[in-house]
Amino acid sequence: MTIALIVRRSLRQHALSTTITALSIALAGGLLMSVWVVKEQSQRTFTQVNTGFDAVLGARGSKLQLVLNAIFHLEASPGNLPASDYEYIRRHPAVKLAIPIAVGDNLRGYRIVGTIPEFFTDVEYAPGRHFSLSSGRAFDPSAKEAVIGSFAARRLGMAVGDTFHPFHGLIYDERNQHAETYRVAGVMAPSNTPADKVVWIPIHGLQTMSGHDPRAATDVSAVLVQLRSPSAGFMLDIMYNKQGNRLTFAYPIGAIMAELFQKISWFDKVLTMVAYLVAVVSAAGVLVAIYNSMASRRRDIAILRALGAGRLFLFGAIVLEATAIGAIGMAVAFVAYAGIVSAVAVVIQAQTGVLLETFAYSPVMLWAPLGMIALCSVCGLLPAWKAYRTDVAENLSPIS
Amino acid sequence: MSPGSELLHLSGLRKSFPAPDGGRRLIIDVPDFTLAMGEHIALRGESGSGKTTFLNLISGILAPDSGSIRIGGADMAALGEHRRDLLRGSSIGYIFQTFNLLQGYSCLENVMLGMTFGVRGDRSQALALLGRVGLSHRLNHVPRQLSSGQQQRVAVARALAKRPKLVLADEPTGNLDRKNAREALELVRETCLETGAALLLVSHDPDVLGTFQNVRDFAGLNVALKEASS
Repeated sequence: MTIALIVRRSLRQHALSTTITALSIALAGGLLMSVWVVKEQSQRTFTQVNTGFDAVLGARGSKLQLVLNAIFHLEASPGNLPASDYEYIRRHPAVKLAIPIAVGDNLRGYRIVGTIPEFFTDVEYAPGRHFSLSSGRAFDPSAKEAVIGSFAARRLGMAVGDTFHPFHGLIYDERNQHAETYRVAGVMAPSNTPADKVVWIPIHGLQTMSGHDPRAATDVSAVLVQLRSPSAGFMLDIMYNKQGNRLTFAYPIGAIMAELFQKISWFDKVLTMVAYLVAVVSAAGVLVAIYNSMASRRRDIAILRALGAGRLFLFGAIVLEATAIGAIGMAVAFVAYAGIVSAVAVVIQAQTGVLLETFAYSPVMLWAPLGMIALCSVCGLLPAWKAYRTDVAENLSPIS
Repeated sequence: MSPGSELLHLSGLRKSFPAPDGGRRLIIDVPDFTLAMGEHIALRGESGSGKTTFLNLISGILAPDSGSIRIGGADMAALGEHRRDLLRGSSIGYIFQTFNLLQGYSCLENVMLGMTFGVRGDRSQALALLGRVGLSHRLNHVPRQLSSGQQQRVAVARALAKRPKLVLADEPTGNLDRKNAREALELVRETCLETGAALLLVSHDPDVLGTFQNVRDFAGLNVALKEASS
């Protein structure tokens, strides 16, 4: 294939500009795919992650804040609710499972959450999946014992048998150390849910921690609720949110998280626009690189024309060269993509405990390379036109 | 086409270029010129006399203002640029004074490219020709790794590889020393004899012109030169 030989040789002759241009395409393509996949995966994952619960009951306030606090262990708690409210919903015939949690302490920045042992045995956090321990056992509810989420254990460097003092508050301050000493009884196996970045202790232990208000010793921060049917959720929604004014029933969790993404959709749009812009600028780099090298190519073009190569053939060769630069760039873009999304996934996991499936197939992995390569081809049209119009006789010097 | 039959016939060929005074300057005015299959003609002409322009017109690199350039029945002057490229690719081998080799390509690739646009590229033929010019051991060398003489031999091999009916040679030995010039010239003539191709060579070098039986003055052929000098 003569045209392939000509393109290959031209790429080699302009190796430096080819490499730089292909790298800029790679970065742009990698960025575009990363932005798209992270956006897509975040929305999908965060609207589906509910750690096995349908709803959250908490103090009167924002549903989003309640979900972020009780499910994702982010944000501050909107307040406490009395034990009687927990007992009421636990016994409600529409409720299949109710798990109370209490928050307010941390271990070197990782949240300590008080709960009951049923959290580890009865909760199906994803279809067919229960929390399990990679080592040790679940805590004894009456002892000062803890179960550490896999991510927190790795980051804190803690294992079964280690001891620690909790710190007061959600933000780590070494001056606020509690006197109690807890022993690690078990370490959870990775679940890729927010539970992985939590230090779990018995709820009674957190409620009665030294320095906590003894008047709130039986209060809980929220109740994680599993319903018997979806209709029960709407019934409880009306009961707590419409008819009552003391508590908030956050249901359904996925819809509440979707609202969050809707609220920050402008940010997505800005990010996507920036990625598109970078892609266009990089593709324009192909145009500039080839166009700038046209002066040095004219002689070769004239020689090829003198040998009988048609103008359309050379026009096609230049467009193909631009396309090849785009294709090389987009092949490398997958490496850039892998690097960017891996870094983003680590950050998101550190913040939320949720591991994005960044390497799962996404349509963007097909249309972004194709689009980018097509854009590069279009950018090759102008230099190709210049090649098309190259005057053969003028560039075959000297004249005798 | 049989040897001796007319291959090239120029008639009323005129070509002018824009002049500094805003008008046009006539460079080529050849009322009539013919070249038969297998015929070898050398045109004697000084530098700047329009010899290259003349060959560029015949090869279809330039389009004339008027006249006809019949090559084996096809009128190059009446064809569009694309058809001229095709006809040049298939029928004409062009040897340039400055070799005009493609610098990023090996010797073999340069010769193969000379064949690609006319006939189907034949690697064995390209190899045979490079062997014939003594460059079998330099197949993968790029032009800058060769001496001037070797580069001209590659250029000759490239022009002849597709077995053209017409070989145009523009000062083919202008950049060579005496020994290399003689060798290159012998090679061109021998190959043309073997293939029955017609050869039209332009030069101002008496040594080169002395090897041809049929030498004609370009000034006698090109009326525009006579008018300019009178």
